[in-house]
Amino acid sequence: MLNFVIRRLAQGALTVLLVTIIVFFLVNAAPGGPGSIMRPDMTQAERQALIIRLGLNQPVPVRYLSWLGGAVHGDLGVSLSSSLPVGTVIGQRLPNTAELAILTLIISVVVGVVLGVTSAMRRGGVLDYLVGLLSVAGLSVPVFWFAILLILFFSVDLHWLPASGMSTGAGFDLGDRLQHAVMPVLVLALTTLPNIIRFARASMIEALTQDYVRTARAKGLKRLRIAYVHVLRNALLPVISTVGVLVPRLLGGAVITETVFGWPGMGQLMFEAASSRDYPMVMGITVVMALAVVLVNLAVDVLYSVIDPRIRVS
Amino acid sequence: MRRVELPTVSESVPGVTNGEPGAATRRAWRLHKLAFSCLGFLALIHLVVFAGPLFWTLSPTTVDPLNTLAGFSAGHPLGVDDLGRDELSRMLAGGQVTLIVGFVSMIFLVIFGVLIGSTAAFLGGWVDAVLMRLTDTMMAIPSFFFVLVALTVVTSKDPVTIAVVIGASSWMPVTRVVYGETLQWKARDFVEAAYAIGVPRRQILLRHILPQMYSAVIVSATLGIANAILTESAISYLGLGIQPPTASWGNMLKDAQGYIFMDQNLALFPGVAISVVVLAYNLLGDGLRDLLDPRLR
Repeated sequence: MLNFVIRRLAQGALTVLLVTIIVFFLVNAAPGGPGSIMRPDMTQAERQALIIRLGLNQPVPVRYLSWLGGAVHGDLGVSLSSSLPVGTVIGQRLPNTAELAILTLIISVVVGVVLGVTSAMRRGGVLDYLVGLLSVAGLSVPVFWFAILLILFFSVDLHWLPASGMSTGAGFDLGDRLQHAVMPVLVLALTTLPNIIRFARASMIEALTQDYVRTARAKGLKRLRIAYVHVLRNALLPVISTVGVLVPRLLGGAVITETVFGWPGMGQLMFEAASSRDYPMVMGITVVMALAVVLVNLAVDVLYSVIDPRIRVS
Repeated sequence: MRRVELPTVSESVPGVTNGEPGAATRRAWRLHKLAFSCLGFLALIHLVVFAGPLFWTLSPTTVDPLNTLAGFSAGHPLGVDDLGRDELSRMLAGGQVTLIVGFVSMIFLVIFGVLIGSTAAFLGGWVDAVLMRLTDTMMAIPSFFFVLVALTVVTSKDPVTIAVVIGASSWMPVTRVVYGETLQWKARDFVEAAYAIGVPRRQILLRHILPQMYSAVIVSATLGIANAILTESAISYLGLGIQPPTASWGNMLKDAQGYIFMDQNLALFPGVAISVVVLAYNLLGDGLRDLLDPRLR
């Protein structure tokens, strides 16, 4: 088990390293360099001084190594647009996105499993058909458009929910905070729910064809009892693994969701950083996101092999 | 990182069923009415969007400042936008851009996916290790992040460039499918037989292995168009994609958002158009998967 974790940690570290290499070289392939040196109001001399200060006169591999040297010591550089340390800004934004992501995952796993398992039990029935159609429809609606429709309906027409931001007033009020989170979470769940429904359904259907189901049936157990007591637990195991796959989707969806709802998280930060060509910030966000994806996948794999010892053998 | 899930290949030959000729087709039709209706619907949409401007000749870019945000009328059946441009002709022009970006992105992501996946699985060894490590790495970056960063690098925002960026950020699922299939097929007896009679390796891959997976690739391609259209609309909505005055359904929604309290229809038409086209592609993809891949039935 320890060996397994160590091997996976090493693989994960390699993945994060490769992500930074790919993004760093991509970012530096941009003609004209970072946005701040392209400001039209600067003189040629000022521009030259900035280029030297930012180290842009050095070759890209050298710059990458010096960035990497800083990053492994926890120094992600300074944002070009706000002049604040990248690490500090990310530290402020990360918990806000984590809040949305965790709420979304909990809700979509619970709802998705219930819907998926129910439609597997009524395979071919009306409910199965409706849930299937609904989950395809969920994958087909543009996230930002769904967000606009929600704002029009819940904020403009009904005045039930606040249209943007994280809170009203300065103090922390849990009810108020949750009210602000309702629509962003709904929108994010739209990107994750269909996958969970489909996966839970397929997994349940497959588990229902196993030999032990026939044995249980042959010894006279009721069909529903077999399904919910014996099969369900086996069917739910693979659903854990989808969570690892959904995290990148969720983070990508956060860019649009947070931008539409003015939610000050990593997604909104990423949009701002990319559109103002704030490259240290882009790199910092990329590292943190890749770390999050790798760690969640590691956690999922470890959890999976703890619950299901068969995985460890292979 | 992730385990590769290999589909089990049964010994039956796909597509061959017993019984009278035509029975299989009729059964397929009954099973997949929905997918076939989606195909018909998509054909109709493409026809309207691409042939429509021949009949509806108002310019999508002519501004009419005296007539902004006017409602429906005989001259402008879908109304006009905030600059007085005819909404119907903008829907047609924007649809052309959106559908073209979707289709061209799909071509690119299929090319990338098939090349990388089949090369890795067929050659094996260090090529496999490097290429699949690259694929895993790309999967660890949210693909929308990659698109955002890549868009700051490209100098032009024309539809084909956008399509290349989308294709370059979303080939990984196709790669994994092709990789799995290639591994499966290259271990089959007929491939060994081809080696035995001296068929060159390149030919074995191109003539004997790749044709086996056309159905899997067609399914991925159809779903890829759906995703590409959504991605294009999202980046254009953020203002980083197709630039005005060129219309796309995505940037029309961006414009409409500013006037949402005055004219909600402007946000309605492009949103509904994107949703139904993507839905049709998704349903078609699902239907094709059931139809072309009898192993999953």
